[in-house]
Amino acid sequence: MIKRLAIALAAMLMAFAAQAEVLRMAVTTSFHNSGLSDILLPAIAEDTAIEVQLLVVGTGQAIRLGEAGDVDAILVHSRKAEEAFVEGGFGTHRREIMYNDFVVIGPRVDPADLQSAGSVRDALTRIQDAKADFVSRGDDSGTHKKELSLWGAAGLDPKTFGGWYHEVGAGMGASLNTATGLGAYTLSDRASWLNFGNRDDMALLFAGDESLNNQYAYLPVNPERHPHVNAEGAGKLEAWLTGPRAKELIDGYTINGETLFVFNAKPR
Amino acid sequence: MVVAASLSAPRHHFGLRHAVVRRRGSTLLGPVTLALPPVGLTIVLGPNGAGKTTMLRAMHGLDRLSEGEVLSDEPLQAARRKQGFVFQSPIMLRRSVRANLAYPLKLDRVPSGQAAEAVERWAKRTGLTAVIDNPAPSLSGGEKQKLALARALIRKPELVFLDEPCANLDGRSTREIEELLSEAVEDGTRIVMTTHNIAQARRLATDAVFLFQGLIHEQGPADRFFDQPQRPETQGFLKGDLIE
Amino acid sequence: MNDILQGLVSAFWLVVTFDADLVEISLRSLQVSLSALVLASAIAIPLGTWLAIRRFRYRRATIALLNALMGLPPVVVGLIVYILLSRSGPFGVLGLLFTPTAMIIAQVIIITPLIASITHQAMRDLWADYHDLLISLNASKRDRIAALIMDGRRTLLTASLAGFGRAIGEVGAIMIVGGNIDNATRVLTTAIALETGKGDFALALALGFVLIALAIAVNVLIHVLSRTERAGRW
Repeated sequence: MIKRLAIALAAMLMAFAAQAEVLRMAVTTSFHNSGLSDILLPAIAEDTAIEVQLLVVGTGQAIRLGEAGDVDAILVHSRKAEEAFVEGGFGTHRREIMYNDFVVIGPRVDPADLQSAGSVRDALTRIQDAKADFVSRGDDSGTHKKELSLWGAAGLDPKTFGGWYHEVGAGMGASLNTATGLGAYTLSDRASWLNFGNRDDMALLFAGDESLNNQYAYLPVNPERHPHVNAEGAGKLEAWLTGPRAKELIDGYTINGETLFVFNAKPR
Repeated sequence: MVVAASLSAPRHHFGLRHAVVRRRGSTLLGPVTLALPPVGLTIVLGPNGAGKTTMLRAMHGLDRLSEGEVLSDEPLQAARRKQGFVFQSPIMLRRSVRANLAYPLKLDRVPSGQAAEAVERWAKRTGLTAVIDNPAPSLSGGEKQKLALARALIRKPELVFLDEPCANLDGRSTREIEELLSEAVEDGTRIVMTTHNIAQARRLATDAVFLFQGLIHEQGPADRFFDQPQRPETQGFLKGDLIE
Repeated sequence: MNDILQGLVSAFWLVVTFDADLVEISLRSLQVSLSALVLASAIAIPLGTWLAIRRFRYRRATIALLNALMGLPPVVVGLIVYILLSRSGPFGVLGLLFTPTAMIIAQVIIITPLIASITHQAMRDLWADYHDLLISLNASKRDRIAALIMDGRRTLLTASLAGFGRAIGEVGAIMIVGGNIDNATRVLTTAIALETGKGDFALALALGFVLIALAIAVNVLIHVLSRTERAGRW
C-alpha cells in the first residue's frame, strides 16, 4: 500500500508544473467581487504574457502584503493609506486607474426613509435618528475606512452608537449576507452589490452623492526595499492598466446593463 | 542448602547467583542461587506467588534483578538470542499463523526460502498446517500454545523457558505439548518450565526445583526429588497438602 | 431548503459536465491534502509509536503537549506559517508564501499532532500486549517499531483518515498561507468561502457537496486498498 501511495504522490507532485511569468497583486475584495478581474486578467495574459495572481484581501492586509514584499503590486482604494505606503518607501508611486461608487443598501421597507434623503450626510443622519440596524465592515478595509469618514463628515461618531450598529469584521460579501439576515443598512461598493446573489428583501436605497466616489489606485512595490519583486512585470502591468485596452474594457464593463467603473488614468 | 549441580559436561553455564527481585518494596524472589544442569528438563514447582514466573523472567532477562546476577557465558542480550520463552497466556502477533512462525527467523534475517521451509516443517510438526493462513488471535487455546512453543523453538534455541504451558489445556493438547517438549530435549534443547501439575512434572522432569516464598527450598535430580524429598514443605507439597 | 436543492442540482451539473474549474480545484484539494497526509503520517506514526514504547524523562509532558497541540486553531497555525514564510519573515527567501507548498506545510502542522496522538494511544495498547514477546525475541528497537506499525496498521489507517478529514475540510490556515489565488492556490474549501462571500449559495453548496463526496471517496478507496492487502497477508 505504501508503494502505491508513493507512486500516487509522485504523480501529484509532478502536476505542480512550472509556471510562466507570474506577478502577484493584492486587490480588495470589492474589486474582485465586481467580476471585472475576470475580464481583465485573460486580456492581460494575452497582451503581456503575464499571469497575474490575485490575492483578494481587505485594504489593510493588502497594504501589509505590499510592505512585507509578499506581492509585487497592490490595487486598492484608500487614499490616505496609499500615500502613507508610498511615503514609507514601500511603494515606488501611486497611479490612479479608475473609480466606482459606494451605495447604501438596506431593507426594502426602508425604516429610516433613505429614499427621500438629499445627500449621503442626510441619509446617515436618518439612520442614526431611526436607530435602524446598520452593518459595518469593521475590518479596516477601504470600504470600512470610507464608511467611517462618511460618518465623520456627517458629524457623527460610531463609537457613541448603540446596539443597532454592528461591526462584523468581515469582507463585503459576508457583510452583505449579515445585513440581509438582520434586515440592516450597510455601505457597499456598487459592484459587490450588483454581483451579490443573496439579495432577498434588500434594495439599493441611496446613491449618487459625489463623496461616495471610490478611487482605485495601483502601487508597485518598491524593488529597492524588496529586491526579489517582479518590478519589470509590475511596470508592464501598469502600462497596460493605464492603456487603451484597459480603458475600453473598464468603461465597457456592465452588470445588468449598468456601468460600474469609470477609467480615469492620466497618461504620463 | 543450595546443591550445586554437577557440571561434568559444561556445554554452557547458566543460572543465578544471589539473585533478588524486589518491586515496590516487597521481595518477589531471592536471594536465590541456582546452576542449571547442562542437559535435560528442569521443572520449577511451588505454590502460587512462590516466585516461579519471576525466576524464569529474571533468568531470561525480562525482569531486572535488584541484586545478584544471571550466570551466563555471554552478556544478557547475546544469551537471550539463544533462548526462547513461552508465556503462560501466549502472546500472538496479530498476523497469520505463518507470519507468527516466520517472525523470529525474519528478525534473524534468515533468507525467505529457508525460513518458509522451516515454517512449513514446524507447522506440520505442531499440527497447525490446516490453519496456517488463519489469523493467530483466532486460534483455540491449545493451538495458540503450540504455536507459541513452535515459534520459540524455530530458532533452535539452546534454552527454552516455559511458564505453565499447559494451564487451561485439555488432555489431548497437554499430551501434544509434552511430546514436543520431549522431542526438543532429545534434540539437545535445555528446558526450564513451571507447572502446577505434579503428575506432569514427574512425567517430564530430569531435575526439579521447589520454590516457596521466593526461596529455593529443595532441588535435585528428578528421581530423588520426587521419591525422597528432604524438606517438610516439599513433602507436603508433593503429597498435595495446602501450603501457603 | 430551496438553497440546498439548488445546490444539489448545481453540484450535479458541475460534476456531469466535468466543469474545468471544478476539476482543477478538486484536484488541487486532493494534491494538497494527500501530500500533507503522507508527510504528516511519515512524521506522526513513528513519533506516536516511539512515544508509546520509549520511557524518557519528559515523556508525559511530551504527550500532554501533543494532546494540547491537537486542538491548535488552524487559523493560528496559518498566521504563524504566514509570518514565517513572508518575505520579511525568517524563511522569506524560499519564496514559498502563496504556493501549494505553503498550504501543505500548514496542513502538516495541523494534522501531525492529531495523527501522532491517535497513533500513540493505539500503539500503547498494542505495545502492552507485545512487549514481553518482542523483548524475549531480542527484536531491535527498529524491529519493534516496525512490528507495532505493521500490526497496528488498521488503527493507523483510521488515524491517518482522521488527519485527512481534518486537512481537506480545513479553510482558515490555507486561506491565509495560500491566499486563495485562482488557478494557483484555490482549493474547495477556500472556493466555498469565496462563493459564500459573494452570496452565491448554490455554487458554494455545490462545491461543498463535491468536497463531501471527495472525502468519502478517498476514505472508501483507502479502506478497499487496505482490505485487498490484508486478504493477501492473512
